[in-house]
Amino acid sequence: MSKLYTGAEIVFKCLEDQDVEFIFGYPGGAVLPIYDELKNHSSIKHILVRHEQGAGHAAEGYARSSGKPGIVLVTSGPGATNVVTALTDAYMDSIPLVCISGQVPTHLIGTDAFQECDTTGITRPCTKHNWLVKDIKDLSKILHEAFRVATTGRPGPVLVDIPKDIQFAKTNYFKPKNEKKINGKIHNKFSQDEINDLIGLISNAKKPVIYSGGGVINSGPKASEALREFVRLTGFPITSTLQGLGAFPGDDNQFIGMLGMHGTYEANNAMHDCDLLINIGARFDDRITGKIDEFSPKSKKVHIDIDPSSINKIIKVDLAIVGDVNEVLKSAIKKINKKQNGSKISNKQKISKWWEQIQKWRTKNSLGYINSNKTIKPQYAVQRLYELTKNKDTFITTEVGQHQMWAAQHYKFNKPNRWMTSGGLGTMGYGLPAAVGVQIAHPDKLVIDIAGEASVLMTMQEMSTAVQYNLPIKIFVLNNQYMGMVRQWQELLHEKNYSESYSEALPDFVKLAEAYGCKGIKADNPEDLDIKIKEMVDYNGPVIFDCQVDPNENCFPMIPSGKPHNQMILGPNDKKENKISAKGKALV
Amino acid sequence: MAKPKSAYSIPTKKGKLDTHIFVVWVDNEAGVLARVVGLFSGRGYNIESLAVAEVDATKNISRITIVTTGTPQVIDQIKLQLKKLVPVHKVADFKREDKKVIFKEMALLKVVGNKKKIEKTLKACKSFNPVILDKTKKSVVIQITALRREIDKMSKKLKPFGLTSTSRTGAIAMTRGAEVFR
Repeated sequence: MSKLYTGAEIVFKCLEDQDVEFIFGYPGGAVLPIYDELKNHSSIKHILVRHEQGAGHAAEGYARSSGKPGIVLVTSGPGATNVVTALTDAYMDSIPLVCISGQVPTHLIGTDAFQECDTTGITRPCTKHNWLVKDIKDLSKILHEAFRVATTGRPGPVLVDIPKDIQFAKTNYFKPKNEKKINGKIHNKFSQDEINDLIGLISNAKKPVIYSGGGVINSGPKASEALREFVRLTGFPITSTLQGLGAFPGDDNQFIGMLGMHGTYEANNAMHDCDLLINIGARFDDRITGKIDEFSPKSKKVHIDIDPSSINKIIKVDLAIVGDVNEVLKSAIKKINKKQNGSKISNKQKISKWWEQIQKWRTKNSLGYINSNKTIKPQYAVQRLYELTKNKDTFITTEVGQHQMWAAQHYKFNKPNRWMTSGGLGTMGYGLPAAVGVQIAHPDKLVIDIAGEASVLMTMQEMSTAVQYNLPIKIFVLNNQYMGMVRQWQELLHEKNYSESYSEALPDFVKLAEAYGCKGIKADNPEDLDIKIKEMVDYNGPVIFDCQVDPNENCFPMIPSGKPHNQMILGPNDKKENKISAKGKALV
Repeated sequence: MAKPKSAYSIPTKKGKLDTHIFVVWVDNEAGVLARVVGLFSGRGYNIESLAVAEVDATKNISRITIVTTGTPQVIDQIKLQLKKLVPVHKVADFKREDKKVIFKEMALLKVVGNKKKIEKTLKACKSFNPVILDKTKKSVVIQITALRREIDKMSKKLKPFGLTSTSRTGAIAMTRGAEVFR
């Protein structure tokens, strides 16, 4: 008879066997036995957050920047409900999280006990799978299964709900099984015929474009390398979704910028006019496609994705390859190399006219803005931040709104896993806790949250976490006193009725920083900006940087609602009236 | 009105709606039905009928039969989304018009009325394998097995004869011949 372990011990044995180093969590009545056990496991460090939502986002930042699953530990009831936003965020952006929640003892489930809630019921639609452990004998198996589900196939969050009596109960511990074939939920069985079809389409294309997404990042750094090789071999232009930034170097000439609602003119026009569209690990999100009926009307469409349910969900494609991006690309590269040695037909000549067209679009300089020497333009602030930090291996997180789009447009990423943003769910308050998680994973790297003043106040309390663990995160707040994106939509769609989008009583961010025990810096003048950014970067500790920017700046270019890719608004230089229909308004 | 304009995926071309029957083999564990049904409600799919019971007690497998309608694209999505659920083993999808598949639904009908009406009722049910489960001077409970739409028709037809309550199982399905769905 082997040794018997308590449920709490089994939790840690599982975490150890899964090579977990950090847990992001917050204690409470129903998880106390697990917290009690923490002291006996020195290889696992617990990061105490200030709100469970922060734990979830920090775990997301940790996972996105390290490629490992993020672990969250919360109590029952409010602990579990507070983490729901982060779970949903991770579900939308395919981030592997394992959330362990305490639950009231088994005999009290269903009695409306103190801090009881139906955690598995509430989190069912926002996790890949969840479990309520009703028998201690199932615990180790369930926990290992949870890690497997979270990290395989299309990654995502899972939750294991453990009642308090199960945490005390004793049983044997089982190590994870080294299983190879898994339940048919992993899809990596693409055929050579499909690769041949892809090569056929590639060699016939005259106006091709590659559209890559977060799936490339999730497939690991090797997938980014494969993508770079694939793009170089074909000579095709490449655009990226918000989540895919960094998979291909942002300053490379073949990169035509981000696409979608606030994407570049050249990327969106290339999407519209192309004859071959190769989607690599992206999901045709509605911020990308614009008007569905007029989406890329003349192209053959290829979709490479690990999730079969992503295929034909929004856009019907001509060739679907279900598989891991890295494997598919490697296979395609092999085929192309073979073929090019045999025949001399190079795509690069065929598509030279297409590149000329793209260069023409590029001359529009769609990310341009009118700079000022009196007020700091937010775009200028991001550009200066980029120029002053690009030589370091910098990790950027963001909140959600205008600043997020400006960061995506003006900060160029050259490596994967350096860009953490809430794309699918669009969670304001994501960036600060995510930065905490990123800094935990990369203690010696520069981590900056490009933030908006409204978003960052939603999870501001996590500064306290950063101070507690000496995490030198930099919160670079583009402070325009408005919920900028809301204000922009109100300006464009609601006759400048700025209903409730102005924050009347903002805190003094410098004093706020000092109150948390970190450094506050304020900049309100373009002249001082560089010096102050340098001061922020050089400071060894957390900083809140209050960058006071032009409150009336809008984020351009943009595809207005109801319009296809080739009808963008091009910012203050674009005089043409682009009216948005009443019907379009209703659908924002 | 002007053409519907949207930057979002509003279906301007509504596809034809087909009726499909999904058969889903799942682990018989707590919450599995909620996962399947929650998938339908959460993604806005429609359920016309639902039948579920354990079919293999040793392997703990339940078989769920769902009748639904949707455009071909939606039907495709339902199948792929169902397959993603962890406790789901396999998913079969049949068109209602499929000749290779048998669809059946059972109904219990209670008719309250005089002898004449009860006789008329029994006659009307004749072609649907009627079994009289209970009979009194004033009432009868009949079990019939038939297609969904046949039972729909019967419910209407029996109203004037004193049909007071109907209980239906929802459709279940099985392929014809020796073939087994893998």
